Amino acid sequence: MDLILVNLIDGLVFGLLLFMLSSGLTLIFSMMGVLNFAHASFYMLGAYFGYQISTVLGIGFIGGLIVAPIIVGVAGAAIERYGLRRVHQYGHVPELIFTFGLALLIQEVVKLFWGQNQIPYFEPAYLDFALFSVGDNAIKAYKVFMIFISLTIFGGLLYILTKTRIGMIIQAALSYPKTVEALGHNVPFVFMGVFGVGTALAGVAGVIAGPALGTFPGMAFTLGSIVFVTIVVGGLGSLWGALVASLLIGWMTTFAASYNVRMEDILTGIGLSKPEVMSDSMLQDLWTLTLPQIGPILPYLLMVLILVFRPQGLLGKRES
Amino acid sequence: MIKKTKLGIAVTLAATLSASVAFAETIKIAFVDPLSGPFATTGTNGAAEWEFAAEELVNKKGGVLGGKKFEVVTFDNKMSGKESLIQVQVAIDQGIRYIAQGNSSGIAAAITDAVNKHNRRNPDDRVLFLNYSAVDPVLTNDKCNFWHFRFDANADIKMDALTDVMAARDDLKKVYLIGQDYSFGKAVAAAAERDIAKKRPDVEIVGNELHPIGKVKDFTPYARKIVASGADSVITGNWGSDMVGLGKAIIEAGFEGQIYTYYAASNGITRTFGEDGKGHLNLVHEGQLNPAPSDRASAYVDAFEAKYPDHDISQARIANAVEMLAKAIEIAGTADDVVPVAYALEGMEHDSIWGGKVFMRPDDHQAIQNVHIGAHTNENIRHPLDNSEYGLLDTTTVEMAAMDSPTTCKMKRP
Repeated sequence: MDLILVNLIDGLVFGLLLFMLSSGLTLIFSMMGVLNFAHASFYMLGAYFGYQISTVLGIGFIGGLIVAPIIVGVAGAAIERYGLRRVHQYGHVPELIFTFGLALLIQEVVKLFWGQNQIPYFEPAYLDFALFSVGDNAIKAYKVFMIFISLTIFGGLLYILTKTRIGMIIQAALSYPKTVEALGHNVPFVFMGVFGVGTALAGVAGVIAGPALGTFPGMAFTLGSIVFVTIVVGGLGSLWGALVASLLIGWMTTFAASYNVRMEDILTGIGLSKPEVMSDSMLQDLWTLTLPQIGPILPYLLMVLILVFRPQGLLGKRES
Repeated sequence: MIKKTKLGIAVTLAATLSASVAFAETIKIAFVDPLSGPFATTGTNGAAEWEFAAEELVNKKGGVLGGKKFEVVTFDNKMSGKESLIQVQVAIDQGIRYIAQGNSSGIAAAITDAVNKHNRRNPDDRVLFLNYSAVDPVLTNDKCNFWHFRFDANADIKMDALTDVMAARDDLKKVYLIGQDYSFGKAVAAAAERDIAKKRPDVEIVGNELHPIGKVKDFTPYARKIVASGADSVITGNWGSDMVGLGKAIIEAGFEGQIYTYYAASNGITRTFGEDGKGHLNLVHEGQLNPAPSDRASAYVDAFEAKYPDHDISQARIANAVEMLAKAIEIAGTADDVVPVAYALEGMEHDSIWGGKVFMRPDDHQAIQNVHIGAHTNENIRHPLDNSEYGLLDTTTVEMAAMDSPTTCKMKRP
C-alpha cells in the first residue's frame, strides 16, 4: 500500500515534468504543423544554462530558474524568427530537417562547452532534505517543489490561453491564421511568441529536471522521443490532452518499473505449461520477460493503440 | 600550377620519409578505442593514460633495447566491432605489433579472434593483443589464445573480492542485484548469485533484475522497489549515466545500506555523487590510489594530473601493462618478433607501481593482482578524482585475488 502511494507521487512528478515539455511542443505543433525535433534540446539547454547561471554567476538556484528559461525562450524566438520562418515557405519537410539539424547542433555545442561528462548540477541545499516518508521511502522536498512549479505553470498557461485576449488571439491564430491576419493581428509575431514561450517552458523543465535526472549531453535524446509520444497520445494541440497523456505515461512507466509481474506467471495463469528446458524453447525470451523490462516501451505501445483506435488523440479534435 | 603541385608532392614525400626515419626507432602500440561518440570520455581518458605511461615509465628512462622509445598511436574504433577490426588491420599494415584495447568485452572478443587468425596466417608479422579493460571472463577461458593478455581483473575475480567483503559483514541480510540488460549485466548478476550462495547461504537475494541499458529516464521507481524490499546491500555493474541515475535515485529514496559497484568513479561520476555517495558507494578495482601506496605512485599520479587536468588515473593497470611490456621486450631482446615477447610476458612477476605484485598467469594470460574495495569519500584522500575533493579510499585488499581459480582455457602455443 505504501509503495502504491509512493509510486503515485513519483509518477506525478515525472508526469508533470513531461507535461512542461509536451505543453510547449503541442502548441508549437499546432502552429507549425510539424514536430519540432529540437524541443528536447531546449530542455537540455535549460539545464545547462541553469547550472551555469546558478553556480558561476552565483545567483543561486532560483536565479537560474528565472534567468535560464528567459535566455532559452529568447534563443527559441530568435531561431523561429531568423531560421524557421525562412524555411517555412519551402514546406514541411525542410522545417522538419531544420529542427532535426538544430537538435544535433545543440547537442554538439553543449559537448563543446561543457564536455561529455555529467556535470555537478545539484538541488539547492534548502530543498535537499526528506520532507516526509511513506514507509521507508523518503519523499524529498525538491520533488514537492517540482510538483508545485509544474502545477503553477499549468494553471498560468490555462488561464492565459482561455481567459485572456492574448490567449484568444493565439488560439485563433493557431486554427485560422489567414482570418486572424485579415483582422489586423500580427500572426508571425504571435507565432514567434508561441515558439519562444514553448521553448522557455522546455527550459524551465530542464532547470528543474537537471538536478533530479542528471545533466549530461544525452539528456535530450533520452527524453525527446517520449515527449513526442505524449503529444500524440494526448491529441495534437490540446493542452488538457498533453496534461492527461503526461500523467498517464508518468504513472504507467513508474508502476511498470515497480512491480515484477512476470510473463511466466501470466502464461501459466492462462493455462500454458512452462517448457522444461528453457534454453531449447523458441519462446524463451517471451517466458522470461518481466514488466520492468518492457516498461519503457509501454508508452510506444500506447501510442500505436491510440493511433489505431483514436487517431486524433485522447482529447484532440479531429483534423479537418 | 603543375610545378607547384610537383613541389608540394616532393615536400610531402620528403616530410613523410624523414618522419618515418625519425620514427623508425620507436616501438608502436596501437590504441584502439572510442575517441568520438558517446563513449569518447572513457576512450580519451584511456589514451591519455597510455601515452603518459609510455612517456613516463619507459621513454624517460631511456626506452628499451638500448634506446628504442614507445609510441602510442591512437585509432578511433567508434565503439563498433566492425570498425575496430578495420582499425586493427590498419595498425597491422602500418607495421604495429602491439594492439591495446579495453572498452567493451564484445569488441575485445572480436579483436582476439581477428588477432588469432591473423597470427596463424601471417607467421612473419604476428601481433599481440594487450587487453587492459575488457573483463568478460570468457576471454581468458573458452575464448583464450596465446596472443591475448588481460591486465585487469576479470568480472568473476572482482565479484569474488566484492562478495568476500560483503560476506564478512555480520549485518548482511538482504541483497538486491540490479544491472543493465546485456551480457555484462547478466554476467555480474550470475556471478553475484553464485558467490553469495556459496559464501553466505543465509543471506537472502531479495531482488534480481535487469533494466534496459541507457533507456531509463527516471530510476526512482527502481529505487523505491529496492528500499521497499528491505535490502541492506545493492550490487550493480552499471556504468555511465545509468550508474549515476541509479545510485542517486537509491540514495535519495532514503536507502541506508551499501551499494557495491564496478564503475562508480571518474568520468564525472565521482563529482556528481559528491557528498551523497559518502558512506554508501563501494567500488572494486585494482591499482590503489588512496591511501597513497608509495611516493613513486603519488609522484606519477601528480605528474599525470598536472599534464592532463581533465583526466584521471582511472585505469591504473595501464601503467602495469606498459611496464610489463617493456620488461618482456627487454627479456626477449626484440620487439619485432612477438613470440618471445609473449613467452616473456606469460608467467612474469612484476612489482607494480601501485604496490604488490602482478603475476601474468601462464595458463590463461589473466593478470593476478591485488584487488581492492574502495569507498567513495572525501576523508584521507590524497588523490581525488574528477577535480573534486572526493575519491576512492581503499578499505579492504584481497591479496593476489583468484590466484588458484580454475580456467577452462586450453592454450595452444606456437
